Amino acid sequence: MMKLSKYVLYDIVRSKIILAYTLFLLIVSVSMFQMEENSSKAMLSLLNIVLIVLPLVSLVFTTIHYYNSYEFIELMSSQPMSRTRILMSEYAGVSISLLSAFLAGVGLPVMLFAADATGYALLFTGICLTLVFTSIAFLASVIARDKARGIGLALLLWFYFALIYDGLVLLILFSFSDYPLEKLTLLLSALNPVDLGRIFIMLKMDVSTLMGYTGALYKDFFGSNTGILFTAGIMLVWIIVPFWLAVRKFKRKDL
Amino acid sequence: MIRIENISKRFRKLQVLDNITASFEKEQVVSLIGPNGSGKTTLIKCMLGMVKPDSGKILVNGQLINGHPSYREQIGYMPQIGRYPDNMKVGQLFRMLQNIRNIPDEKTDRDLFQQFELEKIAGKPMRTLSGGTRQKVSATLAFFFNPALLILDEPTAGLDPLASEILKAKILAEKKKGKLILITSHILSDIDELTTHIMYLQEGKMQFFKNMETLQEETGELRLGKAIARIMKGEKFTSEWIDKMLEVKDNERIY
Amino acid sequence: MHSQLIILLLALSLAAPARTIRVYPGALKKTIALSQNGDTLLFKPGVYKEGTVTITKSITLIGEPGAVLDGENKYEILILSGYHITIKNLQFQNAGYSALNDFAAIKIIDALSLLLEGNQILNSYFAVHVSNSSYVTIRNNKITGKPKTEQLTGNGIHLWKCNNALIESNHVQGHRDGIYFEFVTSSVIRNNLSEKNIRYGLHFMFSNNDQYRQNIFRNNGAGVAVMYSKKVTMVQNHFELNWGPTAYGILLKDISDSYIGHNTFFKNTVAIHLEGTSRMNIEKNIFRSNGWAVKIQASCEDNNFYHNNFTGNSFDVATNGTMVLNKFDNNYWDKYEGYDISKDGIGDVPYHPVSLYSMIVEENPYTLMLFRSFTMQLLDKAEKAIPGITPENLADNKPIMKPLKL
Repeated sequence: MMKLSKYVLYDIVRSKIILAYTLFLLIVSVSMFQMEENSSKAMLSLLNIVLIVLPLVSLVFTTIHYYNSYEFIELMSSQPMSRTRILMSEYAGVSISLLSAFLAGVGLPVMLFAADATGYALLFTGICLTLVFTSIAFLASVIARDKARGIGLALLLWFYFALIYDGLVLLILFSFSDYPLEKLTLLLSALNPVDLGRIFIMLKMDVSTLMGYTGALYKDFFGSNTGILFTAGIMLVWIIVPFWLAVRKFKRKDL
Repeated sequence: MIRIENISKRFRKLQVLDNITASFEKEQVVSLIGPNGSGKTTLIKCMLGMVKPDSGKILVNGQLINGHPSYREQIGYMPQIGRYPDNMKVGQLFRMLQNIRNIPDEKTDRDLFQQFELEKIAGKPMRTLSGGTRQKVSATLAFFFNPALLILDEPTAGLDPLASEILKAKILAEKKKGKLILITSHILSDIDELTTHIMYLQEGKMQFFKNMETLQEETGELRLGKAIARIMKGEKFTSEWIDKMLEVKDNERIY
Repeated sequence: MHSQLIILLLALSLAAPARTIRVYPGALKKTIALSQNGDTLLFKPGVYKEGTVTITKSITLIGEPGAVLDGENKYEILILSGYHITIKNLQFQNAGYSALNDFAAIKIIDALSLLLEGNQILNSYFAVHVSNSSYVTIRNNKITGKPKTEQLTGNGIHLWKCNNALIESNHVQGHRDGIYFEFVTSSVIRNNLSEKNIRYGLHFMFSNNDQYRQNIFRNNGAGVAVMYSKKVTMVQNHFELNWGPTAYGILLKDISDSYIGHNTFFKNTVAIHLEGTSRMNIEKNIFRSNGWAVKIQASCEDNNFYHNNFTGNSFDVATNGTMVLNKFDNNYWDKYEGYDISKDGIGDVPYHPVSLYSMIVEENPYTLMLFRSFTMQLLDKAEKAIPGITPENLADNKPIMKPLKL
């Protein structure tokens, strides 16, 4: 599989978009740390990058890449190579390049300026979200019939996870405000990887607020090792399930 | 060598392949002919596993093709329009496929590589190649790994007469080695001297599948084009396509 | 009148020559019976299990290292009543528990001019319980309780109906309330460390004209509560790490005419919560890394927040009403995004410390799961641009551009 990924990776690196993305992240991260007098304020700005920009770039980049390498996929599928292997190689190539960009663009500055629990939580979430949204983008690309629809679907999904979902949560929490909602909030956070990642970082950052108000539940769940396992587990589900669905669909697809 | 049993395929409302059954053996050169949209390319793609038929079976050397992709090791495929990763260089493309198929240098077939003088353009990215050159690359790739079965989709469509002759000579040579060669084409003149069998498709239905001797006996014509025309008229086919094809042929014969 | 009494006492003690009497385990009650005003009882090392001992004479009790008074989990250990009694360097442990009475290691009733200094009190229900007394000094004691439930644990230093008390340099931990004041006036709480108590580090009720300064209240179940009092001065204290759904740096309830200055509030769920509070000056405090820096209920009026530093708080100010009768001026807010073209160090546009999202959270705390969500940030920005729900005149009209040096 790595043989093929190597060529996917080579193709991506040649296109320079990843390089631009890396530079963008690097410039933004470094200038945040330079501009703000304390690193925690810079971390807050980086949080938005990780929660908003990362999913967007992962979704759009992956979708465009999928359609641009359609010929390659076609060529490969006429070779003695299974569809699963082709798609997995593509996934490996795309995610490796996106992850490298993130680790170089955000990971490096964080390690230099804010190598603490919050920093590590941010990097962990960033890695997870990159993998999750690459996975979701593959599913969207395999489902959509052409490039325009594919990108449209990717943008719609981003809109949903980054914006609409939280609006819905707000609506739900107010509609059922007469009931005990502790468990529900936990469930709601697991249903959106962006929210899950945000809460995970939040518990390292604004401990006093969240520990205080949401009480034992979040403290038990996210504050402890159980929380890290829970977060990692749910993230893993979010990585595996969409991609598994994509592979299933891709295997039956006519090229 | 290849058995096709009751293959049907429908793209939405369009019945592309309708219950096709055929069997091809080695040392045959089979011409798959039919008007545009008659299902030739779809049939080929079914054999390659790129399109999944709705019903029916395809067996290569007695093995169903649904399972392992390894049967494609025996197939060399030249697509109608060769599309390759833009940034990949010609030399790289060959190396990559060789790498993926894991075939040592001495077992590759470099005849066409030399005759088409691909060495000269080995360093050029695929996107810079003209349509004809691209076809040369596709043809070379199809023969490169010495497959027992060659599937050539409109092989001479974009080639200049010289290259066309080289390719024809190569096909003949491979036929003599005992290989099975499947060719789709509009232009009969290019292939009639090679063809041993003709399969005629129209609107997804197989109209006939006969060997040349039988055809010539039945029609009394020596030349393929007219033979077909006769048989079609005899069976009351009023397709304009046949006339058009003959027209092309006559024009070409002027020189 | 008190001073006259003291002079009288001094005269009495001069009349009989002061003696130093050694005390051994088993002979405590007898020795006290033999002692006279002005005597000093020197406790030799050993464990004294002698039930409840009552002292009404003006004597001084001093422990040698290793002198331990044990209540065997049944008895109050010392009951002091009278004038001029000093208890020094003794260790008290295992005072009894009673559901009906406030059993204490040291109980002081109707006393005047007492000194408790350098004692260690371990594992008691109440540690020091003072009622109806004046001029009591409690200094340099180390009081450590075994926290159980709120009902089974008493207060560390408990004062009821006292005046002119001085509570200084004590370390109290593991009790219900670290320091408890009820009907205590003209008193000072200084330089104490009160931590890890089940309820409040300092619990302060119906006590006027008091001051507490330079104390550290850390990691208490509910922080510090100051209620139903007037003219209280709170300066240079540290309120730290008070976490929980009902934990406050300071909970102010029905307080008026008081001063809160030069304090540091660090990592509390709510740094200051104000309820029914009026005419307070809250100045030159540092609010750093709290969940909420200030929660101010609509029942508060005429409070002034001047020259404070607000940095790294999740929410700066939250309120439940729209009427604003309090002033926030000349503070430094790290969330302020305005500009200072006139270069006078004061921002040219007002700062609105109440965000829409903070009001949503007030309404429904579960929405805290959306904290720092992009959607909520957009809502906040939209509200800032076109205010509709947040109180528009709750604003710092002269926000300072750079943090004050405090």
